[in-house]
Amino acid sequence: MATTDSSRTVEAVWRIESARLIAGLARMVRDVGLAEEFAQEALVAALEQWPRSGVPANPAAWLMTVAKRRAIDTLRRNERLERKVSELGRDLQTQQGEADVDAALDDDIGDDLLRLMFVACHPVLSTDARVALTLRLLGGLTTAEIARAFLVPEPTVAQRIVRAKNTLSRKAVPFEVPSGAALAARLPSVLEVIYLVFNEGYSATAGEDWVRPELCEDALRLGRILAGLLPTEAEVHGLVALMELQASRLRARVGPAGAPVLLLEQNRGRWDHLLIRRGLAALDRAEELAGAPGSYTLQAAIAACHARARTAEDTDWVRLAGLYDQLADVLPSPVVELNRAVAVGMAFGPAAGLELVEALAGEPSLAGYHLLPSVRGDLLANLGRHGEARSEFERAASLTRNARERTLLLQRAAACA
Amino acid sequence: MRVMVLVKANEKSEAGVLPSEALLTEMGAFNEELVKAGVMLAGEGLHPSARGARVRFSGDKRSVIDGPFAETKELIAGFWLWQVKSLEEAIEWVKRMPSPDGEEGGEVEIRPVFEAEDFGDELTPELREQEERLRAQTAEQQ
Repeated sequence: MATTDSSRTVEAVWRIESARLIAGLARMVRDVGLAEEFAQEALVAALEQWPRSGVPANPAAWLMTVAKRRAIDTLRRNERLERKVSELGRDLQTQQGEADVDAALDDDIGDDLLRLMFVACHPVLSTDARVALTLRLLGGLTTAEIARAFLVPEPTVAQRIVRAKNTLSRKAVPFEVPSGAALAARLPSVLEVIYLVFNEGYSATAGEDWVRPELCEDALRLGRILAGLLPTEAEVHGLVALMELQASRLRARVGPAGAPVLLLEQNRGRWDHLLIRRGLAALDRAEELAGAPGSYTLQAAIAACHARARTAEDTDWVRLAGLYDQLADVLPSPVVELNRAVAVGMAFGPAAGLELVEALAGEPSLAGYHLLPSVRGDLLANLGRHGEARSEFERAASLTRNARERTLLLQRAAACA
Repeated sequence: MRVMVLVKANEKSEAGVLPSEALLTEMGAFNEELVKAGVMLAGEGLHPSARGARVRFSGDKRSVIDGPFAETKELIAGFWLWQVKSLEEAIEWVKRMPSPDGEEGGEVEIRPVFEAEDFGDELTPELREQEERLRAQTAEQQ
């Protein structure tokens, strides 16, 4: 193998295997930080040896065997962890060869991966920490990749990950999947992390890019993996549906020179119909599984409503207004209310929409939110109140951190003259 | 990125011989692995070329040729669409595919799919350059 080829191949194998490797190790050593260390050592060994010996027939088993040996070597030096050493040692000795390692790996892999996901998204960690740790341990992203994705310096991300692991150790967070009511309580924090990553890619909050598709891909992958691990959880399918449907519009969201294109103005021929089909299928599964739809399922239903309209004019705004009514019950928030106002405005006229927007005027959490004046401006413009619309658009432009969006809003302000 | 994975035909597939039950089971398990890994986007098997047709273009002329077609090795028996980070990742996944029945062996071709950025109407080279400079600047300022 040429050197560049081989390291990319190792990277590819790492991407496929690392989460399961770390998860399996974490179950054995009961510490996510240690597990990652040993996994990394196996990666280093692979980078050294595979260019010479070729990629092994069973890369997962190779990595696991090496990681376990490193674990034993390290833990042996710490007497407190002697018991773990003998467990691992016994484990290694009874292996008859790669086939056995393989079988042992298969047994609990799904469960281990799920455990890893719940631990990485543990509520004891800050959101930033959960995101960084999840992308690292489950997404297989390097620190540099995570830093680039969130436009944060690399040392900051590295620190976040180290501190997160320390917190998990200190608080003795068990390596397990919560069950029953506890699962229902903890699942939202996992879904939240995945959706946060997706959103960062879908509508980048800062920087020059309007979208960062790779992040959406990472989030989608994690979501699909989770749907395979928790197939009976409606909201997991709801989240996947939402992401597939939103991702279907990625190509249409960015125009020439990177300017943003609003949903209603997008060229629907650029929508990815494979993703739409997948999203609708996931939505079906979510709706079959639960009686009352949860927040992700409802948001997916809203996205599906748009997806089914062949043109913007075909959009079923009345249905959308109804879905937003439901969403406002399940996920009451000023942002949802604002979106409801838009739908109501389209379904029942701008005056009706404006009424809802005015009710949000003093809302503190929307004080710096550029979409509030942006929506207000839109409704005012539709009512012929152009002077007022203009100042709203200008206000919105001053509030957004995204450069391309600012340009778009200033253009709308200028058009109100 | 996405890749299309093309499973080449062989004499058996062209003869319409269904894979053995063992192979079908293994393939099913492989597909399940792809789904569980979040990689699988779509996949289908194709009927033998005897069931298909070709349309040839020559200026304004269109001519239709019915299957079967002779060049078995160049024909396709099935395809997948996968979401992967790199061509190497796709290759690693293909290596895990169960091997086709019998001594014939088989071939799988992997082709990256054009993404929006590849089409060039998004950013002219000048704008792309400016984009890169701004990106670098932003990174420095953090």
